[in-house]
Amino acid sequence: MQTIAVIDYGMGNLRSVSKAIEHVAPQAHVVVTSDARVIGAASRVVFPGQGAMPDCMREMQASGLADAVRAAARTKPFLGICIGMQMIFDFSEEGGTTGLGLLAGTVKRFAGDMRGADGTRLKVPHMGWNRVHQHGSHPLWRGIEDDSRFYFVHSFYPVSAQAADCAGSSDYGIHFCCVVARDNIFGVQFHPEKSHRAGLALFANFVAWNP
Amino acid sequence: MLAKRIIPCLDVTAGRVVKGVNFVALRDAGDPVEIARRYDEQGADELTFLDITASSDDRDIILGIIERVAAQVFIPLTVGGGVRRVDDVRRLLNAGADKISINTSAVQNPQLVADASGRYGAQCIVVAIDAKRTGPGRWNVFTRGGRDDSGLDVLDWARRVESLGAGEILLTSMDRDGTRAGFDLDLTRAVADAVGIPVIASGGVGNLDHLVDGIITGHADAVLAASIFHYGEFSVADAKQRMAERGIEVRR
Repeated sequence: MQTIAVIDYGMGNLRSVSKAIEHVAPQAHVVVTSDARVIGAASRVVFPGQGAMPDCMREMQASGLADAVRAAARTKPFLGICIGMQMIFDFSEEGGTTGLGLLAGTVKRFAGDMRGADGTRLKVPHMGWNRVHQHGSHPLWRGIEDDSRFYFVHSFYPVSAQAADCAGSSDYGIHFCCVVARDNIFGVQFHPEKSHRAGLALFANFVAWNP
Repeated sequence: MLAKRIIPCLDVTAGRVVKGVNFVALRDAGDPVEIARRYDEQGADELTFLDITASSDDRDIILGIIERVAAQVFIPLTVGGGVRRVDDVRRLLNAGADKISINTSAVQNPQLVADASGRYGAQCIVVAIDAKRTGPGRWNVFTRGGRDDSGLDVLDWARRVESLGAGEILLTSMDRDGTRAGFDLDLTRAVADAVGIPVIASGGVGNLDHLVDGIITGHADAVLAASIFHYGEFSVADAKQRMAERGIEVRR
């Protein structure tokens, strides 16, 4: 039986993430953990995050888990969600925060004065269901229709230094990257645990992924 | 393009959904978990639970309900009613809520909004505003379920809660709530245009065109309704169909 570790570094509720994975992988052992040894022994790792990236990075450092996360991201199937995805980049404009530096790039904020196609003001945070355009094929997109809607809640988005690292994009005033992938790393800006069938399908693909 | 959201609202007291729910073939019309699943199947974009339990002894019942819903329904869940302290926010989030709606306590103690937002992020803090018209183009904020006039101007308060760290506003017209005459579109538009955070229109929906009006005329980012869905008159899918026909982006 495979163990899937959901990393808990004290930033809010991880129940939704673990329940969604349990829902699609009843045979797996899903463990919410802040123990570096458990993360090291797990077959797959999910790295969630919510709130503000400066707080998340501070808690990461305080928990002493940064090295365990880096090691997992180098060696096993690794799924970053929302702030968890943002933290694998070098740097975020949110509070001028240094990230874990696993992918080259910067996390930027949506402008406050963006307008939609009809001229209406676009609200920030970008909150709700938006289409995700898939860039090429990836095992985690299997069975998920291109341009499916996923649930987003965020004000910041990643700008990857390597265009090839972007595996999916969305439109909100601007065209922005919302999915990154490299080797065994997959990161999503949206919340698959809140994205109904498409989100559950993505988790199911992650559980079956052998990069 | 971002879809406009349709949010069914469930009023819960002592563990049961009230306001009458009348789904066809629902075994237990008052069970919040079963009703949440039904709306989820119909394509609801989010669900809002309003805990209207009067007795403080029964307050913790909502936590168990949210836990059960969150284990089965994988869309965003908002919970409001009786949230007074940051610790109330923490407990509801831990039970599986994604957003917490604060109403009366935000007026009585605006620092609660700042503290909760600072701790858990603006994305999970909704400020619910109950508005009542006091004159042409003027509305006041009412609290305690519409009983008390706070004296605050709705537009001033909406901008204030945005600056305090609210991530969203749930705006209910007390004048229209329960009338089925449609949203107060002047109110909705005034607030939606005054702030840079999403606004959910609520209060007065009697038919599907009212939902359309809330988006197109009221500039709302999302629409919330209870009775038109509860009584089985229209499904969420019907609502999306009508909105799509009128050119509104919806998730289907």
